[in-house]
Amino acid sequence: MLEAALLPQRLAELRTRYPASDPEMVADVVRAVLATMRGDVTAPNASLLTEVEELACTVADARAEIAALQAADIRASHIPSATDELDAIVARTAAATNTILECCETLDALGPSLAGEAARAVQDVTTKVYEACGFQDITGQRITKVVATLQAIERKVAHIIEIFGRGTNPATAPEAAHETQSLLNGPQMPASAMGQSDIDALLASFD
Amino acid sequence: MSIDKSMNVLIVDDYKTMLRIIRNLLKQIDFHNVEEASDGTDALVKLRAGNFGLVISDWNMVPMTGLELLVEVRHDPLLKSLPFIMITAESKTENVVAAKQAGVSNYIVKPFNAETLRGKIEKVLTHA
Repeated sequence: MLEAALLPQRLAELRTRYPASDPEMVADVVRAVLATMRGDVTAPNASLLTEVEELACTVADARAEIAALQAADIRASHIPSATDELDAIVARTAAATNTILECCETLDALGPSLAGEAARAVQDVTTKVYEACGFQDITGQRITKVVATLQAIERKVAHIIEIFGRGTNPATAPEAAHETQSLLNGPQMPASAMGQSDIDALLASFD
Repeated sequence: MSIDKSMNVLIVDDYKTMLRIIRNLLKQIDFHNVEEASDGTDALVKLRAGNFGLVISDWNMVPMTGLELLVEVRHDPLLKSLPFIMITAESKTENVVAAKQAGVSNYIVKPFNAETLRGKIEKVLTHA
């Protein structure tokens, strides 16, 4: 009969020796051992073996559920596709913004040939267009933040796949942020952002 | 006090579109001598080689950020008094405080308008 104190040690040795063992196989083995030892094992040992069996079944179920999610597809296809789409948005809006700016510069160049009121009206309009074109920078930065989030999800998915032994590259730990990089948060959402007047007040508080 | 609008202005941003926008806005308020740099490193080389009266810089750039550029400028004996305006989408209190502590002359949050740009430039240059 197996000594109760030796059982956990024996199980740990087996786990070390066979790290890639299929949990279902472990459960089958435990069941087979239990069936042949019904009369020999003590109550605590039987309870421990039952728990090992249940644990193996839980791990097997989790693996099956993750396989059903096709997590590898998320990493291999969905996330790269989403980031490509976002990159395309940035590129297209940049091209469109440059076209708008070119048109605006053409209008600006007409200024000196126009009379007073007309010249002022053209300049007012072009100023507003220049200001509005700043959207491209802001949206670009927001999209960059979304891409970074998607990449973080991709790393976590890879890590889950790795844990459950589906043969993927190890997840890489996030790089340590440089001290000044830690202040780079990008555009804030309107509800939490400080406006120019808030910033002016904050700066004035130093004087 | 009148402002010398013939001075050289260096604008620093890694977004070419943003450089183009700021250049055009500066042109509309009669600053015509404008040079561009694509990041802090590029800016520092140009500042040390040229004769500039004002720097307008973005914050979020690689490899050298606008804040790192500001620190370098303030530690350079020949550049330390140069008026330096940060134009950035970074609008958290800690950003403004860090920029102020590094010696920024003024701080403009994106998106901004031409009037804000004009006002900050005038304020900075009249106090320079």
